[in-house]
Amino acid sequence: MVQLSRKATCNSHGQVSSYFLGWEEYEKNPYDVTKNPQGIIQMGLAENQLCFDLLESWLAQNTDAACFKRDGQSVFRELALFQDYHGLSSFKNAFADFMSENRGNRVSFDSNNLVLTAGATSANETLMFCLADPGDAFLLPTPYYPGFDRDLKWRTGVEIVPIQSSSTNGFRITKLALEEAYEQAKKLDLNVKGILITNPSNPLGTTTTQTELNILFDFITKNKNIHLVSDEIYSGTVFNSSEFISVMEILKNNQLENTDVLNRVHIVCSLSKDLGLPGFRVGAIYSNDKDVISAATKMSSFGLVSSQTQYLLSSLLSDKKFTKNYLRENQKRLKNRQRKLVLGLEAIGIKCLKSNAGLFCWVDMRPLLRSKTFEAEMDLWKKIVYEVKLNISPGSSCHCEEPGWFRVCFANMIDETLKLALKRLKMLVDDENSSRRCQKSKSERLNGSRKKTMSNVSNWVFRLSFHDREAEER
Amino acid sequence: MVAFATEKKQDLNLLSKIASGDGHGENSSYFDGWKAYEENPFHPIDRPDGVIQMGLAENQLCGDLMRKWVLKHPEASICTSEGVNQFSDIAIFQDYHGLPEFRQAVAKFMEKTRNNKVKFDPDRIVMSGGATGAHETVAFCLANPGDGFLVPTPYYPGFDRDLRWRTGVNLVPVTCHSSNGFKITVEALEAAYENARKSNIPVKGLLVTNPSNPLGTTLDRECLKSLVNFTNDKGIHLIADEIYAATTFGQSEFISVAEVIEEIEDCNRDLIHIVYSLSKDMGLPGLRVGIVYSYNDRVVQIARKMSSFGLVSSQTQHLIAKMLSDEEFVDEFIRESKLRLAARHAEITTGLDGLGIGWLKAKAGLFLWMDLRNLLKTATFDSETELWRVIVHQVKLNVSPGGSFHCHEPGWFRVCFANMDHKTMETALERIRVFTSQLEEETKPMAATTMMAKKKKKCWQSNLRLSFSDTRRFDDGFFSPHSPVPPSPLVRAQT
Repeated sequence: MVQLSRKATCNSHGQVSSYFLGWEEYEKNPYDVTKNPQGIIQMGLAENQLCFDLLESWLAQNTDAACFKRDGQSVFRELALFQDYHGLSSFKNAFADFMSENRGNRVSFDSNNLVLTAGATSANETLMFCLADPGDAFLLPTPYYPGFDRDLKWRTGVEIVPIQSSSTNGFRITKLALEEAYEQAKKLDLNVKGILITNPSNPLGTTTTQTELNILFDFITKNKNIHLVSDEIYSGTVFNSSEFISVMEILKNNQLENTDVLNRVHIVCSLSKDLGLPGFRVGAIYSNDKDVISAATKMSSFGLVSSQTQYLLSSLLSDKKFTKNYLRENQKRLKNRQRKLVLGLEAIGIKCLKSNAGLFCWVDMRPLLRSKTFEAEMDLWKKIVYEVKLNISPGSSCHCEEPGWFRVCFANMIDETLKLALKRLKMLVDDENSSRRCQKSKSERLNGSRKKTMSNVSNWVFRLSFHDREAEER
Repeated sequence: MVAFATEKKQDLNLLSKIASGDGHGENSSYFDGWKAYEENPFHPIDRPDGVIQMGLAENQLCGDLMRKWVLKHPEASICTSEGVNQFSDIAIFQDYHGLPEFRQAVAKFMEKTRNNKVKFDPDRIVMSGGATGAHETVAFCLANPGDGFLVPTPYYPGFDRDLRWRTGVNLVPVTCHSSNGFKITVEALEAAYENARKSNIPVKGLLVTNPSNPLGTTLDRECLKSLVNFTNDKGIHLIADEIYAATTFGQSEFISVAEVIEEIEDCNRDLIHIVYSLSKDMGLPGLRVGIVYSYNDRVVQIARKMSSFGLVSSQTQHLIAKMLSDEEFVDEFIRESKLRLAARHAEITTGLDGLGIGWLKAKAGLFLWMDLRNLLKTATFDSETELWRVIVHQVKLNVSPGGSFHCHEPGWFRVCFANMDHKTMETALERIRVFTSQLEEETKPMAATTMMAKKKKKCWQSNLRLSFSDTRRFDDGFFSPHSPVPPSPLVRAQT
């Protein structure tokens, strides 16, 4: 056996997680309306595919940017050779402006504080390399994106300490939970270098509130040497941009711009979600710390953005009329699609966490669990993937500590596919209800334990109430 | 003071050691030359006295062929009216296996650049963000922090960053000498291996660049076999950086490690890996296409997962897939590229010969290894750096000193010749001519002063002896046999 590195042989790339297993199952049996109508529908993919017609229309009218041309003249040579890790000025300027526009122009961004990376994955890893040494820790509110176990930990040697949250308060960050996570890290003898939040949240689909942000900023103001990284790659998916508060707005509004806190706040952004272009691999780090910018710029050599892509997107993002219309239409379509999923789920008796952003819903399937355990969650998940044939992501893969929550994506498919998914899910719920009726009957007949009977009665009442609602809607 | 110290400590604690340290290697004079160039870049009209960039190993000789192809094939871009029907499929594609047609096209191109003597399996191709990303990925896969790779000197300065910075891996030099044309010998390998052992550095592999950067030489079959046998016997990995595979010209033949392992029966292929990119062979560094090709299934799997940190833009994958699938174009491109490289190489070597400046005989790469040992005041790296500063700041050529490539002997410089047009090359040669003429003039007046003459005579006598020694080596054939080397200007002056 040839000996490889520990990083190559251990599983900290995280791909044994059920999040990735679902993808593998999908790839074996992918749904296609004509070729494979019984296949697995991909609802584990947080991609924004709702506005390609707008992009394609823009391309048709802007042929120069598409063909390595400027004013009709070829720029192929300079683009083919361009590998300056500072990036094309025109692209970075356009990117910075787009970031401002995404935030309702309430803050502005200096393109000199931007470092381009080959996607958000690369941006997050680069920041970890810049801010932490192996064995240092970052505090992350749960639930969080499963890919972070790879992006933040795998090659950097950084540890993640979860900030616990609860559905009783909508999974919000609390001062108590933050302090507890910090103490937990200390007990584990881990040096805490920062907090990383995703705002808007993946998988919750909620924006971080003013209250939560104040808790975080109070914490890093009090505890020097602690960074705050805000992954804002879903900033353009907020249904109403006034509801999104960037960490840069907090710095500005709380008069922290002339304090040391300024240098300890960093943003990760990308065009994968806002523009629906994950294949183009465009990510960025925004920081006011010159040392971070300097180191991250050098590290970006390991994964630069293609100059071809930079050139195309600098033209696209410089078209202010287009970006304004795009953002408005994008938000509208996302909101409409989200409503279709939420209402469709309600119609079959399934609730979602109330949300205002993202490409997914955080779906509450706790009533469908046979017990309040992660084993029961996995049983349900397997049924959904293998029998119902929907690839959704179990909450445990997002480190949610309450079993029964699932992330369901809605923006990577057409309306008809979403309807089909809901139809399939309805059959599952109906089957589960039938199964529980038989269970109840058998239980009564066999004089089951009081506790078990009580549990079944509760479930039955819960189910009944949903049937009542369905009748009303009908 | 206490407060200051505390604040300083806090500042240092804010960032990681990797971010605070010098592991990025950009304090090397290799990069200082670039900074000098960037502060005062030559332009034939706007800035005719600026620094000429000869520290950039880029292939810009065939950009016109590429441009013509792009104009003729709008469907290769998913963003044109001809190709837009594929836009949405390509734009969302982020599978780290890469577009199948891209990997197939790259595999075919790799075969062509090795004269179709080997076959490459597209399923073993892993994308990376350029060769830089590819090297880091391989280092992460094969080695733990503190482990070491043997690297023959001189080697590309960027390796100190790519392979060491974030991985914590050590590079152990395999010292090569000009006395045998910087060949890699088994003795040198064994010596390096032993040095690593004594330093408690576990050796995980050997990294060779073939064709060599900065030498421009290619490894012959016997040498490659000895390398494979060495790594096989030691049970360590062999990483072949072949990013200059298609830059051979003239009668030179490039032999890939992929070809050699077919001839070695007991070769453990799990130990063999190739790093490749399109930056040099096709002159497309801006598109950031790097490749890890491994015969080790496990390395392929892990490298693919790591490629998420530096995937190639799907827009670019699509373009490259179309371009490299055009076999007629590719064949013509490779042929023309070699012709142009040969012509440019001949131009600069003829110019240097005419000035009495030596260079290592080689037939590959985008650069040559220039011998300025005769111009050093002393055989030291301080003297090399001093001369280099004169060349960059006064002669205004950004050439790269051998010391930054970890060359064992001071006085060698890498000079790039494929990143400029013909006129700029002529300007560069003219500047060198003026420089050597001035140097020649400066040696004359000194003889007139008795006391100075004694000191200087002593100094020049020392150089004279060195010159004779070098002349004998020149006769050994390390310089082009068709270009007789005139004596050094210094020797002529003495005479």
